[in-house]
Amino acid sequence: MPELKLKVELDWKKEAVSCCECGGPALHPALEWVIGTVMTPVGPVPRISSTLSKTDYWEHFKCRTTAYRDDYRVVPGLYAAGNPDNNSDVLVSANYKYSFDMLRRELKDLNAWILVLDTKGINVWCAAGKGTFGTAELAKRISVAQLNKVVDHRRVIVPQLGAPGVSAFRVKRSAGFDVLYGPVHAKDIPAYIKAGYEATREMRRVKFPLSDRLVLTPMEINPAMKKFPLYAGFILVVFGLAPSGILFRDAFAGGLPFLLLGLVSVLAGALLTPALLPFVPFRSFAIKGWITGLLAISLSTRFILFPGQYNTLLLIFTYLFFPMASSYIALQFTGSTTFTGMSGVKKELRIAIPAYLLFSVVSFILLTMFKLTQWGIL
Amino acid sequence: MKYLSNTASLELFPESCTGCGMCLEVCPHEVLALSNKKAVIQDRDRCMECGACVNNCPFGALTVDKGVGCAAALIKSMISGGEPSCDCSGGDKKNSCC
Repeated sequence: MPELKLKVELDWKKEAVSCCECGGPALHPALEWVIGTVMTPVGPVPRISSTLSKTDYWEHFKCRTTAYRDDYRVVPGLYAAGNPDNNSDVLVSANYKYSFDMLRRELKDLNAWILVLDTKGINVWCAAGKGTFGTAELAKRISVAQLNKVVDHRRVIVPQLGAPGVSAFRVKRSAGFDVLYGPVHAKDIPAYIKAGYEATREMRRVKFPLSDRLVLTPMEINPAMKKFPLYAGFILVVFGLAPSGILFRDAFAGGLPFLLLGLVSVLAGALLTPALLPFVPFRSFAIKGWITGLLAISLSTRFILFPGQYNTLLLIFTYLFFPMASSYIALQFTGSTTFTGMSGVKKELRIAIPAYLLFSVVSFILLTMFKLTQWGIL
Repeated sequence: MKYLSNTASLELFPESCTGCGMCLEVCPHEVLALSNKKAVIQDRDRCMECGACVNNCPFGALTVDKGVGCAAALIKSMISGGEPSCDCSGGDKKNSCC
């Protein structure tokens, strides 16, 4: 069979290149997780390994921390786990390779088909929200893979979190397959199948424990830190600006505490608020972030050398600006949680955005007044 | 954990409900329950407006203002005037590619 295997991999690589019309390589280039082929009435199907390699885990780490996740995909279509036949279950997944990996590593003792939808490299839940993990795409992939010839039954197991995009009764109508909603987490799939396609209450609920929250924080800190150089430049100019030009000694001596406080406010909003989410009072993320920011800033001003405490204008600026920054950053975390809805976020924004604008303007005025007093004009 | 109270736009029309229980199965937060062979909203504040129940109700007994509960997406759509979508990290180039 080595010749066949080679041919499939070549075809496959060809598809990977031709998949994107604009020519971008959509496929993860090293196919080390394809360990052979399984013959079906419609041709060979790649067999995948259910063991994740060090490379896989390293890539997952990069997905959690960098923009690597933006283009981490597998080619959509049918795959085999173990040695499936015409009676084996079909598990539907997304073509974000992280999602695909979370599924395949749970299939060690199963013989099953995996039907990967083209979700543009986005995970199941997010893609379902957008509709790319959806009824039309599922029906299309069932037809393209000629699933009715590969298996004798007429059912596919869709992750429960695919339900915002997939409509079971419409899939039945258009593709003739029953959609069974599997558990939220891939790790529960073996138990779900064993129980006769019954998920327990626990398997159907989405929670948001500390570990789930923490793993999301690097991608909260990163975007906030991208704006930090702009802030740092502004602060250094403000403190360095003198009637005779920019004084570097003044810029650093005066600006450094504010740069450190800026870092504190980022961490309060992007790390502490998500970590302490259930313990910070109020349900509004803007308020949670503001409280966390206020606490972090008041603690920091005790320990960070802070000349501002001898200047009322800078003191007011500190407590006005930094907790507000934390609040704004914490509000961004609504996009990563498992329980915030659009109506709620809109409600928060209606109050928060005017408040942020007002606070920013007042903060700017305070800094200007500070400079004018420093120069003896005011 | 719950989000803001009394904001979720989920609506249930009991006259259309047949009590099939599909909405209970797909809801990730146990917002719905069955009572006297009809679905009822038992915990509105847990609803995140994902639309799973609406999408899978064959009888049109549910509605919700479905959308992304993401501040960054909503702020972006306010500024650009477009529909809010969660393309925070991916460039548009990449998403329009395949």
